[in-house]
Amino acid sequence: MDDLDRQIISATQAGLPLTPQPYQAVAKELGISTELLVQRIKLMQQQKVIRRIGVVPNHYRLGYSFNGMTVWNIVDEKIDELGKQVGELDFVSHCYHRPRHKPEWNYNLFAMVHSKTEQGVKQQIQIITEILGQYNLGQDVLYSTRILKKTGLRIGEKRV
Amino acid sequence: MDEVDKQIINHLQGGFPVCDSPYQVVAEQLGLTEASLIYRIKRLLDTGLLSRFGPLFHAEQMGGGLTLAAVKAPEQQFDQITDIINSFPEVAHNYARSHELNMWFVIATDLPERLSEVIDEIQQQTQLRVYNMPKINEYFVGLKLQA
Repeated sequence: MDDLDRQIISATQAGLPLTPQPYQAVAKELGISTELLVQRIKLMQQQKVIRRIGVVPNHYRLGYSFNGMTVWNIVDEKIDELGKQVGELDFVSHCYHRPRHKPEWNYNLFAMVHSKTEQGVKQQIQIITEILGQYNLGQDVLYSTRILKKTGLRIGEKRV
Repeated sequence: MDEVDKQIINHLQGGFPVCDSPYQVVAEQLGLTEASLIYRIKRLLDTGLLSRFGPLFHAEQMGGGLTLAAVKAPEQQFDQITDIINSFPEVAHNYARSHELNMWFVIATDLPERLSEVIDEIQQQTQLRVYNMPKINEYFVGLKLQA
């Protein structure tokens, strides 16, 4: 990543222009050729700096009112194998291995699940429970009760 | 939101092309005109059904720092703690959650070493312990919600 990549990130992180030639518009704003911009974007996609280009729906507005952060205490030796299996479920949007903070926080596997009903979340938790089986030593689900801040990432706008 | 909007949302969670006239390409796939697709995406953004449209970046791959952290905010100080934590530009998202650890936030920094500074500053200003939970491994990140 160099300064130009950072400028491209800064120019597009609020969103792509809604004009017929959006990449041309961004290139013009940055004072570079469209070819160079497209080349850099494709390179950042290959390097996984850009995960994807597309839409992010608002879960709640689509009717997915029950967004639960399910957390699990998984036997360390099994977490990679089981984490991958949980991540493959189509109702799981994020799945991570994170550190425990014993004794208050014993959970090391996080899986975000989304459903239109509370019953739906319960069924999803049941499915995950079955996958984890005997290697699951405890679990909880944390529902978000309020969004306190949501600005998205603001990287590349200012260098310290 | 009608059936066409749903199709657009489902289709564009998968990806948007990088080419001269990407809206035209997607419009043809969906059987729409380019102008109609652009108008509908704008309307979905304006009405809040979509929170974003564009490239989604991977913070760590950009060389920055990223973590998930939580605090136990006492109920009577909840709003005050929220204000302190939200005042950090590095705090990208913050959610109230139903748990003793009742405030969960994402910290994203340009430089990885800035992460621990932000955590220390939050601890000092709130007088609360920050439970830092950086990812050790990522098994899946993606969105596949049916509109």
